[in-house]
Amino acid sequence: MDFPGGCVPFTTELKFVGGHFSTDVPPMSCYRTLDSVGDALQEADTPWGLDEEQAVRIYRAMVGLQTMDGVFYDSQRQGRFSFYITSAGEEATAVGSAAALAPADVVFAQYREQGVLLYRGFSFLDFAHQCFGNAQEPGKGRQMPIHYGSAELNFHTISSPLATQLPHAVGAAYALKLEARQAVVAVYFGEGAASEGDFHAAANFAATLGAPVLFICRNNGWAISTPATEQYRGDGIAGRGPSYGIPSVRVDGGDARAVYNATAAARDIALRHGGPVLIEAMSYRSGHHSTSDDSSRYRTATEMAVWRARDPAARFRRLLDAAGWWDDGREQALRQATRREVVAALGKAQRVPKASLDAMFADVYAEVPWHLAEQQAEVAEHLRRHPGAWPDIPLQ
Amino acid sequence: MAGGIQLSRLAAVGGYSALSAAAGVASSKPSAAATEGASKQTNLCTAVNDALHIALDANPRALVFGEDVSFGGVFRCTVGLKERFGAARCFNTPLSEQGIVGFGIGAAALGCTAIAEIQFADYIYPAYDQIVNEASKYRYRSGGAFNCGGLTVRAPYGAVGHGGHYHSQSPEAVFTHVPGIKVVMPSGPYEAKGLLLAAIRDPNPVVFFEAKMQYRTVVEDVPKGDFELPLGVARVAREGSDITLVGWGQQVGVLERAAAEVSEADSISCEVIDLRTLIPWDRAAVEASVSKTGRVLVSHEAPVTSGFGAEVVAAMSARCFLRLEAPPARVCGYDTPFPLVFEPLYLPTQQRVVDAIRATCNF
Ligand SMILES: Cc1ncc(C[n+]2csc(CCOP(=O)(O)OP(=O)(O)O)c2C)c(N)n1
Repeated sequence: MDFPGGCVPFTTELKFVGGHFSTDVPPMSCYRTLDSVGDALQEADTPWGLDEEQAVRIYRAMVGLQTMDGVFYDSQRQGRFSFYITSAGEEATAVGSAAALAPADVVFAQYREQGVLLYRGFSFLDFAHQCFGNAQEPGKGRQMPIHYGSAELNFHTISSPLATQLPHAVGAAYALKLEARQAVVAVYFGEGAASEGDFHAAANFAATLGAPVLFICRNNGWAISTPATEQYRGDGIAGRGPSYGIPSVRVDGGDARAVYNATAAARDIALRHGGPVLIEAMSYRSGHHSTSDDSSRYRTATEMAVWRARDPAARFRRLLDAAGWWDDGREQALRQATRREVVAALGKAQRVPKASLDAMFADVYAEVPWHLAEQQAEVAEHLRRHPGAWPDIPLQ
Repeated sequence: MAGGIQLSRLAAVGGYSALSAAAGVASSKPSAAATEGASKQTNLCTAVNDALHIALDANPRALVFGEDVSFGGVFRCTVGLKERFGAARCFNTPLSEQGIVGFGIGAAALGCTAIAEIQFADYIYPAYDQIVNEASKYRYRSGGAFNCGGLTVRAPYGAVGHGGHYHSQSPEAVFTHVPGIKVVMPSGPYEAKGLLLAAIRDPNPVVFFEAKMQYRTVVEDVPKGDFELPLGVARVAREGSDITLVGWGQQVGVLERAAAEVSEADSISCEVIDLRTLIPWDRAAVEASVSKTGRVLVSHEAPVTSGFGAEVVAAMSARCFLRLEAPPARVCGYDTPFPLVFEPLYLPTQQRVVDAIRATCNF
């Protein structure tokens, strides 16, 4: 039957599909190249390979990420700054996908993808400046910790409201395509965020407008205390892709080589076909949601232990060991040096002063309108009248 | 109606009636001893939790839902509800605020009492369309054939010292611009329990903002049983004669502390009015007070421009014009996004309020 939206065949059979009518339809399989301990699966597709240089770089970034998360988390617990989010359990998703992107590709992230930024070249000191909210961080200390951003690294600044970055990514990808740049947008989000209306809008826009965007869903099983089973009833997030007209793949998010290959292939499809690709990376949020959360309230210790045993960095290291690209000596040296570097970065960032009062009123608009100039003068006058009330903030 | 009976009982002992407020003499909170029935020391979180238990217990069609509510909520306000009333009446929704409020509207339209939680007031905006175009106009557009008056949307709001842009906002003013919904902001645990029960039972959709900073930090005597405080009726939190200070939510505490400071240091006598409900607001109570004092100061955390303070000041300028001794003052947040490290400078602190009281009284 022809109708304005397309052409569909007729049938005389009254048959429903979906939900409990489709229990014979198996879920989309999960692509992997390493088994759960990290032994390589010989038959696995690895069309984009992974050479020694790239593999070692990925591994070093995963170790850097784990070290930073550990030290920053402890510092937050000691009260040195107010908030932190770790990415334990999802290191391979962030780093493996980042490794498949080109520097000109533009990234829009949720908040648990510091591994992408680290891989792109954001230093431990850059991360530390942001967490301390000091004058050296691009956001001038006005956002909470972990809301990183970097214009040089094509990483748009994190915003707390969930899923809002998804339509942004589609518009940005459309702009890249319009300018015929050989680049894509990668947008990251959780399976929880995928329940927001913005996810639907973004997927549908990307498909209909042909935007070269990679939707990279981190399905880590939990949205704070809400298990993925309460988030959707269909075949996860990847299962939605085909119904939007988006090529989709499900991948083992703890297998850095699989994530790398899937992302590289997806990037190629997006560029060649000028449209979106959806990747659902299956993993587990091994840590608490954030430093404000205690996940023992809503999930079992056994579940956590089982997943922690599948440490993505350890799995990937087995591949490196087997190839003769890594050994215990290098491991120890890297972990020690990285730890020293992270600790030093925190010490240094903590000593950097806060931005001056101007920063409170800057960037609201491109210019400072009269009413903000007036308000800034009022605050300055208040500080003059009550010196010492806020020793943290320099007047000029 | 149990609520009505409770109300009149309280009114008799505490002077919480619409009548006394209209006359501008709504008195301060009744002492615990004066309140019938037992009371206990309760923080705001527990006060809200108690109110939800009572609401669900009294009404089998009352539901509590939202993100993470089933394990007790990220602020622990819904603890115990699922265990007591079952997963069909207290449940997690998928992560979508427009879904949460839209779902609540539909359930309410079919006769449920839908108590929706938005995890942070900062995240209420995906539901803005559902509140502004749907909940608020459901009754009007159908000529009263349909309504979603059983809907109450709770959301924690306000500064906490480390919330930055998206865990600090006070979005009340944008909702006061929407005819058809009521906007309520309690100033402490006692108020929260009585007002929340009234909001849940009110035949109109209500947006209810709770000061999340107060969840654990403010403790007061709160009756253990069922009681309501009427919507639309202000409370005189402190009586005085030189200047009227108007606030709502956690800012009332700041005004009370500023009032105590200038009373001690300058012998200025402040009358502090806790508005409690912003729409419909108790203009008569504020007018009666300003007519007496001749001066008015309004204070809120939200940005000053187009904040609800502008409405209060406009009304008082018009209605008390000849009795005003000084220009009405506003001490509010500045017109910037909520700035993390500048929070102490952004907020309408006690010091800023004290300065403005002095300036207004020495005009
Ligand atoms: C619009 C919006 N609603 C609610 C929140 C509060 N919140 C922050 S993170 C989170 C869970 C997100 O889960 P998911 O997308 O699966 O990502 P994960 O944390 O598991 O990485 C919630 C509900 C928010 N930040 N924004």
